[in-house]
Amino acid sequence: MAEKVFTRNFGIANSHTLPVYRERGGYAGWEKAKGMEPAAITEEVKKANLRGLGGAGFPTGVKWGFIPKGSTTPKYLVVNADEGEPGTFKDRYLLEQDPHALIEGMLIAARAIDSHLGFVYIRGEYVQPWRIFSGAVREAYEAGLLGKNIQGSGFDFDVVIHRGAGAYICGEETGLLSSLEGKKGWPKIKPPFPAVKGAFGQPTIVNNVETLAAVPHIVNRGGEWFAGLGTKAQGGTRVYSVSGHVVRPGLVEAPVSITLRSLIYDECGGIPNGRTLKAVVPGGSSAAILTPDEIDIPMDVDGPKSKGSMIGSAGVIVMDDTVSIPEALMVVARFYAHESCGQCTPCRESTGWIYKMAHRIVDGHGRKEDLDTILDVAKRGAGTTICAFYDGAVGPYISYIEKFREEFEALIRSGSGATPPEPTVHGSADA
Amino acid sequence: MPKLTINGKEIEVPAGTNLIEAARLAGVEVPHYCYHPGLSIAGQCRLCMVDIDKVPRPQIGCNTLAADGMVVQTETDRVKDTRRSIMEFHLINHPLDCPVCDQAGECWLQIYYMKHGLYDPRMTDEKVHKPKALPIGPRVMLDAERCILCSRCVRFCDEITGTGELGIFQRGDHSEIGLFPGRALENKYSGNVIDICPVGALTDRDFRFQVRVWYLDSAKSVCNGCARGCNTEVHTSQRRPHHNQGRRIARLKPRLNPEVNRWWLCDEGRYGFGWIDDDTRLVAPARREAGALVETAWDDALGRLRSALGRYRPEEIGVIASPQMSNEDLYALRRLLDDLEIQSRDFRVPPREPGDEDSLLIRADKNPNTRGAELAGLAPGSGGLDTVGILRAAAEKKLKLLWIFHHDLLVSGLPEADVAAALSGAEMVVFQGPTAGKTSAAAHLVLPSAAYVERDGTFTNFQGRVQRFRTAVPPLGQALPDWEIVARLARALGAGGPIGQAERAEQVFTALAGAVPAFQEITYRALGDLGLLVRA
Repeated sequence: MAEKVFTRNFGIANSHTLPVYRERGGYAGWEKAKGMEPAAITEEVKKANLRGLGGAGFPTGVKWGFIPKGSTTPKYLVVNADEGEPGTFKDRYLLEQDPHALIEGMLIAARAIDSHLGFVYIRGEYVQPWRIFSGAVREAYEAGLLGKNIQGSGFDFDVVIHRGAGAYICGEETGLLSSLEGKKGWPKIKPPFPAVKGAFGQPTIVNNVETLAAVPHIVNRGGEWFAGLGTKAQGGTRVYSVSGHVVRPGLVEAPVSITLRSLIYDECGGIPNGRTLKAVVPGGSSAAILTPDEIDIPMDVDGPKSKGSMIGSAGVIVMDDTVSIPEALMVVARFYAHESCGQCTPCRESTGWIYKMAHRIVDGHGRKEDLDTILDVAKRGAGTTICAFYDGAVGPYISYIEKFREEFEALIRSGSGATPPEPTVHGSADA
Repeated sequence: MPKLTINGKEIEVPAGTNLIEAARLAGVEVPHYCYHPGLSIAGQCRLCMVDIDKVPRPQIGCNTLAADGMVVQTETDRVKDTRRSIMEFHLINHPLDCPVCDQAGECWLQIYYMKHGLYDPRMTDEKVHKPKALPIGPRVMLDAERCILCSRCVRFCDEITGTGELGIFQRGDHSEIGLFPGRALENKYSGNVIDICPVGALTDRDFRFQVRVWYLDSAKSVCNGCARGCNTEVHTSQRRPHHNQGRRIARLKPRLNPEVNRWWLCDEGRYGFGWIDDDTRLVAPARREAGALVETAWDDALGRLRSALGRYRPEEIGVIASPQMSNEDLYALRRLLDDLEIQSRDFRVPPREPGDEDSLLIRADKNPNTRGAELAGLAPGSGGLDTVGILRAAAEKKLKLLWIFHHDLLVSGLPEADVAAALSGAEMVVFQGPTAGKTSAAAHLVLPSAAYVERDGTFTNFQGRVQRFRTAVPPLGQALPDWEIVARLARALGAGGPIGQAERAEQVFTALAGAVPAFQEITYRALGDLGLLVRA
């Protein structure tokens, strides 16, 4: 059994409370960090080879280093707890089961980047995690772990909790910042990048919940220890959210060297009901789909990439042979059409268009040119947008069709062939 | 100053110039929708992609600053292909209702499709439907289906007027421009959103369905609505006289002048042209006969004025000129008054209501040429009376001939009884102006002036900027430019000199420039389209 880092307090009675957290060694990382030079903290995190665990996988220590040197303006630490990637539910449990790990991670990160104000942007639907985390923040204030002159260290740090209102795009780093600023959750054009001009125009670091939860352990036990848990590409363990057709769905913490096959068959008990594996999405809905012959890969930032996919948020969605891939594509396409923020043209227009085509195919009104049109539209839009949302949508659009083309073609051939029903006209065209 | 290469051409541009503007300076057009030089960068339309050496994929030109040594290509196959894709995305949900769209002919979807699109449409599914023909304010009509969500209008209301009426609501392809609850687009500059809308989403309720834009002609002009002198284009409908309900002036559009109005024009100015084709216009000279005004010929009218000017002593004559008149008009008049030694002259008449003013464009002084009138010498001469003095002297019958330009004194800020007493006290009242009113109705002689769009001339704005306006349409009826009426009179009085000999406004201006130091060395040619400041 590999060592648990993120989930070590999971399942312990009252693990969300300060006394239990402390009893189990909590805040030791902060005790150590408050005596360290900020640059030394960042250095340790770099050594740990900690990669952002929200989805993009950017090296965390490097990101912290992007704060302009000698900047005297306020700097903000923003926690992305908007966990919205379909198939991902790790941050929810981290907030519920071990909220003080996040608070401690924030304290250490804040010291590293010289921030005195942190914002935690929590997904609106996460009511219970919000309640529990808010309670933990209250405890931390009462214990003098947050606020002014923390434990006589001369370091001030306050935490503001902000609840989202249900938009997927608000989990995108800069969409989150727009929303936090009270604006529509539209991603910002870059440059400037958040580390230079982020929340409220100030240098800002945005980190995922799980990423920051790793920081106390890294400071406490050293970057080299954390790096040693993982692979060359990425240090540590991480928490995989496994859902779909496995015997034991749920969270699995494992070293990032674990293979996708081992995750599915060893950790989660394989495919239930004597069925066989048809496909698996390794990193949340935006990751390209993998076929059963593509699962012997380590689940670090490089493994899925070697198969044209990505580790993303490590939300593993397992599909057995009962799943219709065209239907799965339609569901995914509906999600992206619904969640596109509409700010920039390629994404706004083509997510809806692709959903209409996917829907038509599933409805039995597919045309033989539809598949190539979807592929072409997806490829043309990729890389032309403000944020990574559309590139994320393109992952499934292309991979579902390219890897399961015969299934789509069969559906189009067997489709009713009838003229599609008259569309419903919404709104009024007269006046 | 960064030096970069655009399509093989090396160019040095000011620091902070983006690639769209840098390309413009190099004579290269980068197509774009959401970018507007007067607004913040949005980066939404994704059309202004350019290739930059050593950058893996095309970048948006609007948000990329020119840098030293940068090598930019705007016409690579990859850029062209990207543009084609972006055009397709812009158009898949567009209703393509060009035949009934006012924007047709000046629509950037049409223009760019022909230049950069030309793909075979593949979208065969039902388009997204949104509100159409929705009035969002007194001036502006919204068709949300035609909208490409470039957000220029939203940014205009946020950044320029600061009124924030508009937002983008909903998400994805259901996104639409709309008003915040309880708001209407009724700020003083609302018409500008129609100009900056690159497509037919925001159309002008006043202009809507009046004339197809390809039947319009255009003349460069200057707004006469206040002392700002915003640069305009007068769009006229003369090729299809039955269109636009027979009116010649179809609309006014702002014309870029960085020193005066930038890209903008207030609604008051934009829609303040109705009087030009109104039936209240004076279209023929008239004289009072048996209590009624009857039309007469110019020779007769000017003969009567000439003999009156000879009949009365100079101190029995009072002239109230107008800051609505051009520099040429005012200078011609001043020369005539100097020759006749008429000292009781003024141009200032208080308005009935104080004018509104703001920090963007609108000035409290609703006259376009107050500064010009001051400089041209229309203030009282030595021992002469001012406006109030002239009217009092007329009421007291000390002053016999009252020559009033443009002002409808009876509806001004002057006490109506005082004006009425002056009009009935004078032996002869001459009204010269473009529009009939209470004052012209009380005159003995009425001389019709051409409207400012019916002639050439210059105004001097509050900054002291002399700006040309050009003839957009011929004068209505027998109306003549004021300077020409004065010149004809001068000739009738036997005066030679530059005014008597003038045949064009420019010649009068040349005489003005030669005589008044503030205008020294200014010529029509030097004024160009953007004008010049008078000498301090």
